[in-house]
Amino acid sequence: MEYFLELFLGGLTRGSIYALIALGYTMVYGIIQLINFAHGEIYMIGAFVALIVSGVLTIYGFSGVSILVLAALIAMVYAAAYGYTLERIAYRPLRNAPRLSPLISAIGMSLFLQNYVLLAQTPDFLPFPQLIPEFDFMEPVAHIIGSAELVILITSTLTMVGLTVLIKYTRIGKAMRATQQDMTMSRLVGVNVDRVISITFIIGSVLAAIGGVLVGSYIGQINFYIGFMAGVKAFTAAVLGGIGNIPGAALGGLVLGITESLAAGYISSAYEDVFAFGVLVLILILRPAGLLGKALKQKV
Amino acid sequence: MNNIKRSLGIALWFMFLTLPLMVVRVNTLKNEVEWRWLNMFWVGLGAFVLSLLWRYALHRRNRRSQKAELGEDEQAGPGLGQRLLEDPKVFRPVLIALGVVAVVFPLLFDTYQVNIMVLALIFVVLGLGLNITVGLAGLLDLGYVAFFAAGAYTYGLLNSNFGLGFWTCLPLGGIIGALLGVVLGFPILRLRGDYLAIVTLGFGSIAKIIIENWEEVFNGAKGIANIDRPGLFGADFGISEVTIYIYYLMVLLVLFTIFVTNRLKDSRIGRAWMALREDEIACVAMGIDMARTKLSAYAFGAFWAGLVGVIFAARNTYINPNSFTFMESAIVLSIVVLGGMGSIIGVIIAALVLILMPEYLRAFADYRMLVFGAVMVLMMIFRPQGLITNVRRKYEFKGLKTDEANG
Repeated sequence: MEYFLELFLGGLTRGSIYALIALGYTMVYGIIQLINFAHGEIYMIGAFVALIVSGVLTIYGFSGVSILVLAALIAMVYAAAYGYTLERIAYRPLRNAPRLSPLISAIGMSLFLQNYVLLAQTPDFLPFPQLIPEFDFMEPVAHIIGSAELVILITSTLTMVGLTVLIKYTRIGKAMRATQQDMTMSRLVGVNVDRVISITFIIGSVLAAIGGVLVGSYIGQINFYIGFMAGVKAFTAAVLGGIGNIPGAALGGLVLGITESLAAGYISSAYEDVFAFGVLVLILILRPAGLLGKALKQKV
Repeated sequence: MNNIKRSLGIALWFMFLTLPLMVVRVNTLKNEVEWRWLNMFWVGLGAFVLSLLWRYALHRRNRRSQKAELGEDEQAGPGLGQRLLEDPKVFRPVLIALGVVAVVFPLLFDTYQVNIMVLALIFVVLGLGLNITVGLAGLLDLGYVAFFAAGAYTYGLLNSNFGLGFWTCLPLGGIIGALLGVVLGFPILRLRGDYLAIVTLGFGSIAKIIIENWEEVFNGAKGIANIDRPGLFGADFGISEVTIYIYYLMVLLVLFTIFVTNRLKDSRIGRAWMALREDEIACVAMGIDMARTKLSAYAFGAFWAGLVGVIFAARNTYINPNSFTFMESAIVLSIVVLGGMGSIIGVIIAALVLILMPEYLRAFADYRMLVFGAVMVLMMIFRPQGLITNVRRKYEFKGLKTDEANG
C-alpha cells in the first residue's frame, strides 16, 4: 500500500508538470490548429535560464529561496520572449500555407533551438543547484512525499487555477475564446487576432518555463535534450484529454503521469517511455477526440 | 532608413534574447562562471544583417504572391532546374558526364572519400524512399528511421545467428521493412496531418527503446558486431576493394531506386498517392481505395529504408541503437523538404549536399543540425516547393487570355 501511494504521488507530481506543459500545446492548437513542436524546447530553455541565473547567484554568494523565485521569474520572462519570437519567425509567415508547412517549420525550429543550446552551452548534463528548501514531515508521511513534490503540486495547482481565471474572466481570455471559435468572425468584430495569438504563445511559454524550473530543481540536472521527451509526453497528455480543451490537458497530464509511474513501478522502468507512446497511439486510434473532447465534424 | 532602424531594434532584441545562453556559461560543480561578451556582439551583428535580408525576402515573397493573385504574373516558364531536365540537349551530356564521374570516382579518390560517398548514397536512397511517403502521398512520417533499423537489424541478426549472407538478406531486409510499414500503417489509417506525424514519431521512438532494452534479441546498447561484408561469389576482398565494391552496389541501387520511383510516380498508384496528398476527401469520393493507397505508400517508402538498412549494416559491420535516433529521421526529412517534395532530382541533390557538406567542411560539422533546422524553417517560408520544383503535368490552352482564366 505504501509503495502504491508512493508511486501514485510520484505520478501525480510528474503528471502535474506534464499538465503544465500540455496547456501550452492545447491553447496553441485550439487557436491556430498547429502542433507547436518547439514547445518542449521552450520548456528546456526556461530550465536553462533558471539554471544560469541561480548558478551565477549562488556562485557570487547568495542563497535561499529568493534566488529560486528570482531565477523562475527571469526564466518566465525569457521563455515568453522566446515563445513570442518563435511565433513571429516560424509560424506567422505561414498562417495561410498548407498544413504540412507550419508543422515542418515547427520541427525545424525545434532542431534549431536544441542545437543552439547545445552549442551555446554544453552537451553534458548540468547540475541544478538545490534550491527548494527541505522541510521535514512526520515519519509515515515523510516516507511518501518530499518537500519538492509538495512545492510542485502546489505551484502547478495555483498556476492552473490562475490560468482558468484568466481565460474565464478577463478581456483577453474572452478574446482567446472567441478566436478559438472562429478566427474570421473575431477579426470582423474587432479582435486583434495576431495579438491574441502572440499572447497565447506567451502564456503557454510561461507555463512551460514554470514546468522547466520545477523539473530542474526536482530532478537536479538538465541538458539540451530534455525538451524533446517532455514535449512528446506533454503532447500525449494534451491529446489524451482532448486537444484544444484546457481542463482536458490537466486531466490528461495527471492520467498520463500516474499511468507511467505505476507501469514503471510494477512492470519495468526501462520501458517507461514506451508506455507513454503506447497510451498516445491507443488514444489516437480508439478515441481521437480525447477523454473530454468532442468529436470534430469534418469541415468541407 | 526605416528598415535600418527596425533592423537595429531586432538586433537589440536578439542580443537580449541570447544574453543568458550565449554569454554566460556556468558550472555549479566547480563554481566557475565564464562570461563571453564577444558572442553578444556577433549575435547583434548577425541579427542586424539577417533581419535586413529577411525583410527584403518577405517583401519579395509578398509581392510575388500578390502578383499571382492579380494574375499579372505571366507563367515565367519552368524554372532553371526544370529546363535542365526537359531539354535533351542539356540533359543528355550532363547525364553522361555524371555517369562517367560516378564510374571513375573510386579510381580517383581514396577509400575514405569513397566511404563517405557510400554514406551519402545511402541517404540518397533513404531520401527517395521517404519522398514516396511524404512527397508523393503527403503522409508526414517522423519515424522513418525505424524501417532503416529494421533492415539493418534483419541483416545483423540473421548474419550473426544463422550465418545468412548479404545477398539473401538484401531482399529480406526490404520485405521486412515493407511489412513493418504495413503493420504500422494499419492502425493509423484514420489519422491525418499532424496526428499522424506524432504517432509515427512515437513508433520510431518505441522501436529504438525496444532495440535498446530487449537484450536477449537485439543485444541491447552493445549492438551487433562483426557483421559480414558483402561477398562476390566467394571472392576475397581487402578493405579498400570491399569499399569500392559497396560503392558500385550503391550506385546501382540508386539507379534502380530512381527507375522504380520514377515509374511509380507515373503509374496508377502514384497518381492515387498524389491525389491523396492534394485532397483526401475528394480522392475517396472519386473512388480511390484510401486504405490501400495509404498502406502502399507506407510499404513502398519503408521498403527502400529496409533495403538500404542492410547495406548500412554491411558497410559498418557494426550496428547499435544509436544510429537510429530521431535525428536520422529529421535529417532524411530535411533532405526531402529541401529537395522539393516529390521531386526526384531535387532529393538526390539535397542528400548529396546535406551529407557531404559537413564531411568536407569540418568546422561546419558542429553546426550541422542547427543549419538543418534553420533551413527547414526558411524553406517552408520562402520556398515551400523546395530547390527544384516538381512541376505537375498539365494541359493548357495557350491562346487563353489570363483575365479570362481568372474570371
